[in-house]
Amino acid sequence: MGQVVALDSLLHARQVWRGRAAPLLDSSQPTGWPALDAALPSGGWPEHAMTEILLPVDGVGELQLVLPTLARLTRESRSVMLIAPPYLPYVPGWEARGVVMARVDIVQAGERDVLWAAEQCLRSGSCAAVLAWPVHADDRALRRLQVAADTGKALAFVFRDQRHAVQASPAALRLELESEPSLQVRIRKCRGGQPPTGLLPLAAGWS
Amino acid sequence: MLWACVLLPQLALDGVLRRQPPTDAPLVLVSGPAQARVVHAANRSARAAGLYRGQRLAAAQALLSQFAMVEYDPEDEARWHRLLAAWAYRYSGEVGLLAHAVVLEVSRSLNLFGPWPRFESLLRDDLKELGFRHRIALAPTPHAAHVLTGVHDGMAVMTPDTLRRALSPIPMARARLPGEVAQALSSMGIRTLGQLFALPRAGLQRRFGSDLVAQLDRLSGDEPSPMENYRPPDTFEQRMEWTHEIEHVEALVFPLRRLTGDLSAYLAGRDGGVQRFELELEHRSGAPTRVTVGMLSAGRDAALLFECARGRMERLELSQPVVAMRLVARDLPPFVPAGRDLFDTRPTHAVPLEQLRERLRARLGEASIQHLRRTVDPRPEFAQTTIAGVGATPMASLPRPTWLLEHPRPLRGPPPTVLAGPERIETGWWDGGDLRRDYYVVRTAQGQCAWVFCAPGEQGAWMLHGWFA
Repeated sequence: MGQVVALDSLLHARQVWRGRAAPLLDSSQPTGWPALDAALPSGGWPEHAMTEILLPVDGVGELQLVLPTLARLTRESRSVMLIAPPYLPYVPGWEARGVVMARVDIVQAGERDVLWAAEQCLRSGSCAAVLAWPVHADDRALRRLQVAADTGKALAFVFRDQRHAVQASPAALRLELESEPSLQVRIRKCRGGQPPTGLLPLAAGWS
Repeated sequence: MLWACVLLPQLALDGVLRRQPPTDAPLVLVSGPAQARVVHAANRSARAAGLYRGQRLAAAQALLSQFAMVEYDPEDEARWHRLLAAWAYRYSGEVGLLAHAVVLEVSRSLNLFGPWPRFESLLRDDLKELGFRHRIALAPTPHAAHVLTGVHDGMAVMTPDTLRRALSPIPMARARLPGEVAQALSSMGIRTLGQLFALPRAGLQRRFGSDLVAQLDRLSGDEPSPMENYRPPDTFEQRMEWTHEIEHVEALVFPLRRLTGDLSAYLAGRDGGVQRFELELEHRSGAPTRVTVGMLSAGRDAALLFECARGRMERLELSQPVVAMRLVARDLPPFVPAGRDLFDTRPTHAVPLEQLRERLRARLGEASIQHLRRTVDPRPEFAQTTIAGVGATPMASLPRPTWLLEHPRPLRGPPPTVLAGPERIETGWWDGGDLRRDYYVVRTAQGQCAWVFCAPGEQGAWMLHGWFA
């Protein structure tokens, strides 16, 4: 051990790993919300990864968050899967926001099959985005989805209740919605950067 | 004309072997009357033990103590023969059946499938996939190709000039001449086809009849070969039977893969697809269990058919052991392959969307995948449908929510703040589903935007019908 080795030579031989994350490429999947894009390290949804959206109650504007993205994808003739949505998607409302409903598949799955169906869709590589509403999802199940999203190069959106916010999650991006006093988004975790503190107001309206 | 001959030296044995996953256990087919059973065919490990075709069964049992015995069934063999003809029909419009062989005219197919070496490897890959041992040769006449396969696997003779030279060294016993003729010729000192061709025709005709001369002419191409063209049947039916009983669904997976693979090969030959087929699981007694496999659109990909069938099969509870399985496809609609973009950005291993939908339906149920489309009905309950074929132009841009509750329910909690409204929806006189409602957009105490309605002229007793999520 008495030998002195110059640090440079070690680094040069690529035997030492330096704890520096790989540079993050700019995302090609803008969220459609300029304020949110600006706050995210990659400037959009994390590509080929899972985004977890935590809600206090249903109907606070969770779809507003993703509808611009779905509208863009479906207009490019790419497929979107909705797995076990809690309500019926209302076509006039979706179409008014620019979504081509012919590209949207609604999959009715039982509680136990939601994660399986979501994983199949993500892994298939033929869906651009998969939205899932799992009732019971543990850390392992979510990790599977994250891996499947990476394999199938798809965007995964998982909608869960806010009480899961305290659990650790393998999602690349975790957003928490707050409805009081108006719709706001808190970034709980984002890959490739420190999550910005504070709330981002989203000018989501009902029309 | 160029004819490819696919000789199937072990058709009956392969037909039996392909019912179960490949094993090394010795297996023989037996035939003959009960007093004089003989070995009809033996698989590799049985042959290694010294068993051979034509051996007395008693002698075989003396050589090898344990082997599986299956009764040779000529009908079964003929069925496999026809299946392979249906498969060959994919590669040529002129397909004929010869003894233990399928011949196909390929001179025009070469334009489509590439030069002969590539075409030949296509054929071999397919046969290997289907699980049939084979020998292939190419010659200007079907009978010459048939003779050449028996002598030299992979031989290709392209022109009539070289054909005579290729046939010349073939010994009498391999020339596929009638048995007694071959015997008589050998005892006369004629050992090869070349010597036979050199003999004067008139003498041959006098001695052996015109059949032999005609056969020689067909062999060399001097006379056209009458060949009954094979036409694939309009329905597909294939059956597999086992000597033992199968009690678990898992053990049916391998035969199922075979049957769906056969169906796919048959469909490719017919250039058709299948949308619905039936699996019948036969039991020792009682009615067979029927499993109907339906798909969203006509398909013929072997993996897709297998996966759909397996999804249905895995949910099955077997009440009795299975002794045979039959696959029947009667309705064979035309197949339109899904177009794929040349500049498709999806990963190469991607599962096609159709296949994904079938996979989901197989596990989650037939009606688990829906597409919603808008209708012209102004009533929210009927403004969308899952039935295809209705198109409607978008309505005026009135506020419409993104979630709809299937059944409206009372809005609970403190009184909400009204954001917009009312919008009167009063219609439905034509089908008795009249409604008269004032719709409002409200904001609940929890910050949700809701689409609610109440009786006309009132503001209260809110019924929740949707969320502006």
